[in-house]
Order: sequence, then structure tokens, then C-alpha cells
Amino acid sequence: MNIDASAKYLESHEWSRQEGDVIVCGISDHAQESLSDVVYVELPEVGATFSKGDVFGVVESVKAASDLYMSMDGEIVAINEVLEDEPELINSDPYGTWLIKFKPSDPGQWDDLLTPDEYQAVAEADE
Amino acid sequence: MSESLMRTRLYQWHVDHGGRMVPFAGWEMPVQYAAGPIEEHQVTRRSAGLFDIDHMGQLSLTGLDAERFLNRLVTWDITQMAEYEAHYALMCYETGGIVDDVFIYNLPDQWFVVVNADNLTKDYDWMIAQAGGYEVTLKDVSVDTYMLALQGPHAIDLLQPLTPANLVDLPRFTALKAEVDGVKTLIGRTGYTGEDGVELFFPADKALHLWERILAAGAETGLEVQPIGLAARDSLRFEPSFPLYGHEINANITPLEANLGWACSFNTDFIGRAALLEQKAQGLTKKLIGFELIDKGVPRQGYPVANEQGQAMGEVVTGLYAPTVDKYCGHAFVPPEYAKPGTPLQIIIRDKPKQAVVVKRPFYKPAYRS
Repeated sequence: MNIDASAKYLESHEWSRQEGDVIVCGISDHAQESLSDVVYVELPEVGATFSKGDVFGVVESVKAASDLYMSMDGEIVAINEVLEDEPELINSDPYGTWLIKFKPSDPGQWDDLLTPDEYQAVAEADE
Repeated sequence: MSESLMRTRLYQWHVDHGGRMVPFAGWEMPVQYAAGPIEEHQVTRRSAGLFDIDHMGQLSLTGLDAERFLNRLVTWDITQMAEYEAHYALMCYETGGIVDDVFIYNLPDQWFVVVNADNLTKDYDWMIAQAGGYEVTLKDVSVDTYMLALQGPHAIDLLQPLTPANLVDLPRFTALKAEVDGVKTLIGRTGYTGEDGVELFFPADKALHLWERILAAGAETGLEVQPIGLAARDSLRFEPSFPLYGHEINANITPLEANLGWACSFNTDFIGRAALLEQKAQGLTKKLIGFELIDKGVPRQGYPVANEQGQAMGEVVTGLYAPTVDKYCGHAFVPPEYAKPGTPLQIIIRDKPKQAVVVKRPFYKPAYRS
């Protein structure tokens, strides 16, 4: 199981990274491993706004559909359209494959996210 | 949590080799190995896959009236079956609803019936309840009989070096008895993937031996063969449109509704015949169809199906991403007026309508059907 040390995490296995004034999100290596082959990702419209903890999308593996959660309040500024045809990138490169970018409306929420060490403990407990 | 689940003799092998174990039909079975369900599907279509399917049940019928009794129970006219022939059939209730779908082998000393794991007890009880007045012995031989499937275009090439029997000339839907690496085995040229291949029945204590021997044959012959989990087994059976009990068929679905009329011989007096003839005369109210999504999304069992106007009128029974046809598709029951290929449909995925279209089944033509 790989952990991206430059990201912060949710207990529900989404990673978030700061890129300038936007937050970039994906799912962790542990999450893609548990899901197994991803066959479809449902993503929101650009411009949609969500609160921290809201479901912003769904990742579908061969056997199950799993909700994706917002790490902070914010407005979607980009979705990764490549995933429409190549959802398997989530399996092959979970930290290189982002799902959404959003502009946080409360940047202070960043501090509430799990650090890589904290997330590692969560993921290990889940194995 | 899993104390009550049964385990096959290969349980430990699966765990040791990356098998992800899940509950299925009362058994703890590998849903996938490390390769993942998509690759497991692909390797079976391109070379060969090996399946632990010992959860399946096997029943043996013997006695003076065994043939007459079985012919009453199942929809296919088994008196037409040559020795060592194998045939698919349904076992129906008087209502025409389906007790189970079965594979029947006409063996010299018995009628051998392969049933679904989930239905084994129900089937046995149903058969016993119908046995009055017949001189027949019904035995559940599932525990002593191990069942593996080796499927794919190279399945025969892999197995041939392990047996003196001539597998190449064994016709589809027939069987023979032979030793496989010294183990007395019933080899059926049958399977549930749409590929050439075999299903093997042999003494259960040889399970690990034959499993490992067949995988080793891959290295010896240079032909790819991998263990395959239940997830790929499902997508492999879906593409050639084989039914799975609990999805395309159940006690409230008849063979006619499920497009399985071809497996019914109306010249025999099988249980359910009258109801099916009545249904034929009255016309069907629902019919199994195949559909493809035009929009993207993964259909799943239980999702509503609507017509072009958005009125709900059916339900998805199998839905998935089909790896070989490379589409999101499924099976659904709809009123017959919506069953024609080309008919537009909507599949309601998480309250959102997704455009779909009825397509011709099967999605993938079985390799052995020329």
C-alpha cells in the first residue's frame, strides 16, 4: 500500500492535494486496491458546489458502487474527463489520477484532514 | 462471522494465492485473485482459466424408473439423449416457475445432474417430494465429487497431455471417463463461459492435486492459464447470455419468459408443461432482453427500466461492464412490446435516466457455436 506523503486524506480514502488555490482530489492506493477493477466513475458538473462530507460522485468497480466524499466545502472547477474512457487509470496510478479540482470556500478546513501518518493507520486498520 | 460458511478443499490455496474470499451461496469462495476480474475474464477468452466450482451440487439418480422420473422433472426430453451426452434443462414447478436450471449427464450406470449450490437442498427436497410411485434412488454426491472447470481456447491443449483420452475429438456436450494425471475423472466438454473447455468431476480428495497439476501444465506447455474467481465467472457467463439462477431465472420466471423455450420438449409430460402451454396460448407479459447503455454508467440488478417516455416498466436482472464486448450492458425483463432489438429504453441509475437500447442476444457468440 502506497501513501502519497504530499497529500492529506479522509477516512473514506479520498486524497486531497493543494495546487495553488485549488484542491485536487482522488482516491488512495488502498481504496483502489479494495475496490479492484474500476469500470466507471460518475463525476459532478463543473460549477457545482458541495459542503465537506457531501457525496460528489460515485466510483463503480466490477462488483460495487462506492460514494466519493468532499474533503472541504467548495465549488468544482474541473473534472478529469479522461476517466470517462479510461477509468482503469485509477487502479494503475491512484495518486497520479485526479477526479476533481475544486476551489475551497473555507481554506481553514484543510487543517482538519488526516495527515499521511494518520491515514496510514486508518488504512492499515481497514486491511 | 464466517463460521457457518462452507469451504472447498482449495480454500487455503486460494487464500495463499491472493484469492479474495467472499460469501457465495453458503460457501466462502474467491471472487477474484490478484490479477483482478477484468484480466481474469480476458485470459479465459484468450487462453484458459481454471475455476474451483466445487460449491456446485451433484445428484445421482439410479433405479428402474430413474429415466422416467427425471423426464417428469425436467423440461428436456432426456430419452433423446445418447449415452455420455450432456444437456441443459430446467426443473419447473407446476406453475412453470423455475426450481433450478440443471446440466444432465446420461452415464451408463446413472443419470448425473449438476445443480446450483444455492439450490441443492431445495432441489433434493423437491425431487424427493415428486418421487412417489417411482422406483428410483436419489443420492446427493456433492461432498465426494469435486468439480473444476477449465475453460478457454487453449483448455483442451492444456489438459490433453495429462490424459490418455482423445479430448480433441470429444464433441461439445458429451462426456467421457478417463484418468487425468492418474485420477479417475468424468470429463464433460461443457462449461459456462462461451469458450471451448471442460468440466471435470473426480474424487474430492484429489482436488489440490489436479488443480496444481493443471496450473503446472501451463508452464510446461507455455500456454497461459490462471485461476478465475466468481466475478469473472459472472461476466464470462453473461456475455454469451447464459442464465444465472436468482437473476435471469427464479420461481416467478418461466423458461418462456427467460428465452429458454429451446430447452423445453413439449412432447413429454414434464412438471410445469401445462402452465407453459397455457402461457404460450395467452402470450407473455414479460420477456428477457439484452440491453446496451448509450450513456455511460453501470447498470445493476434491481435498477428500474423505463420506456422512452420515462414510464417504469421493467427491471434489470444482471448489469455490468462486459469486458469482451467493451460495453456497459445487461439483462432485463420488460413487457414484450419493448423486447425488439433497437427499442430505446432508459435505465434508471441512482434516480438518473440513462439512455439504453435493446440489443440482440447473445452479446458474445460462443466460440464452439459455428
